[in-house]
Amino acid sequence: MDTPSLSHLSKIEYDHVYEPAEDTFLLIDALEEDLALLQNIKPTVCVEVGSGSGIVITAVAKALGRTSFYIAVDINQVACKVTQKTAQLNGTDVEVVAMDLMSGFHLDNKIDVLIFNPPYVVTPSEEILGNKMYGDLTRAWAGGERGREVMDQLFPKIPDILSRCGVFYLVVISENCPEDIKHLMNDLGFIMHVVKERKVRGEYLLVLKFTRK
Amino acid sequence: MKLLTHNMLTSKCLKGVNVGYPLGIVAKDVKVLETEFNSEFVSRIIPKLDWDTLWNAADSIGHAGDLPRAVCDDYENDVEFLKKVHHVLVEVEVIEGELVCPESGRKFSINKGIPNMLLNEDEL
Ligand SMILES: C[S@@+](CC[C@H](N)C(=O)[O-])C[C@H]1O[C@@H](n2cnc3c(N)ncnc32)[C@H](O)[C@@H]1O
Repeated sequence: MDTPSLSHLSKIEYDHVYEPAEDTFLLIDALEEDLALLQNIKPTVCVEVGSGSGIVITAVAKALGRTSFYIAVDINQVACKVTQKTAQLNGTDVEVVAMDLMSGFHLDNKIDVLIFNPPYVVTPSEEILGNKMYGDLTRAWAGGERGREVMDQLFPKIPDILSRCGVFYLVVISENCPEDIKHLMNDLGFIMHVVKERKVRGEYLLVLKFTRK
Repeated sequence: MKLLTHNMLTSKCLKGVNVGYPLGIVAKDVKVLETEFNSEFVSRIIPKLDWDTLWNAADSIGHAGDLPRAVCDDYENDVEFLKKVHHVLVEVEVIEGELVCPESGRKFSINKGIPNMLLNEDEL
C-alpha cells in the first residue's frame, strides 16, 4: 500500500490536525497486511471515523480503487478540510462529512469496512469535550477514563453499522483494556482479532479487527 | 457532497427528531465532475440504495435527467442504466448549499462540498 503524500501540510495545519504518528502507521501496516482479505470481501462502502490528516482513508482508497466508495468523518472541521485535500492531491475520491462519530448516518448495515484510530489516551473525563474551539487538537487524543470514553460510544452501534461480512478496525493501547473490549464486542456478536501490536516509546499499541461470529 | 452520501445521511441525532430521513437539499452550487465508470461498483451498490431518496434528491436539484423512477430488472446487464446511476450517484456534487431536516427544518450547511452535521449541545 502506498503511503499518500502529505506535502501540502505544514506546521500550521498540524497545530489543528493530528499529525500522523506511530499509531497511524501501525494502522496502515495492519490494513496493508489485510489487503487481500479486504479485496476479498469486495467492499462498496468504506468509512473512516476521525480521519485527521486523511492519510489512512486515502491509502485505503488508493489500494482498493474504484470498486468502493469512501467516506471520512471527523468532529474537527479543519481535519475535514485537510482530509479532503489529502484525498484530492493523491488522486482519490473521498467524501468528507463533519460529524460526531456516526451520529449523522442512517445506520442499516451498509458499511463494509469501518476504521477508527480513536482518541485513546487516558485523561480526566472533562478533556474529551475539548474546548469546543474550531480545530481543537485535544479531542484528537483525549480518551477520558481508561481512554475508552469516545470509542465506547461507538461499540453499541457496530451491529447496525456493519454489513453482513463487514469488518471494523480499531487502534487501542493496553490501558484501554483490550480484553474487556473483546468481551464487550463478543456480547454484541463480534469476534476480536489482534492484527498488529507494537511497543513504541512507552505505549503498547494494538490494531484490533472485529468480524461477525 | 455526492448523492450517494446524501442517501446515507439523517438528522435523527437531533433531539425530538424520530427518523430525520431523507434530508432535503437546498443546492446553491452544483458541479458535475466526470469520474471513471465502474459497472461492478454500481451494480453492487444498487441493493444498498434507497431508490426513492436518490431519485427525489436528484430531481430536487435538477439532475434526475432520464433516471428511471424504479430500479429495472436485470440491471446488472443494463450498461446504459448503470451509467445513469453512476452519473447521479457520484458525478453530481453539491458544493455549496444546505441539508434540511424533514421534521424540524434544522439546516446543515454544505461548504466546499463538506456537509456539517455537527450539533450544538442544546440540540442533543
Ligand atoms: C488519534 S487521531 C487519528 C487521526 C488519523 N486517523 C490518524 O490515524 O492519523 C483521532 C481523530 O479522531 C477525531 N475525533 C475525536 N473524537 C471524535 C468524534 N467524537 N467523532 C469524530 N471524530 C472524532 C479527532 O478530531 C482526530 O482527528
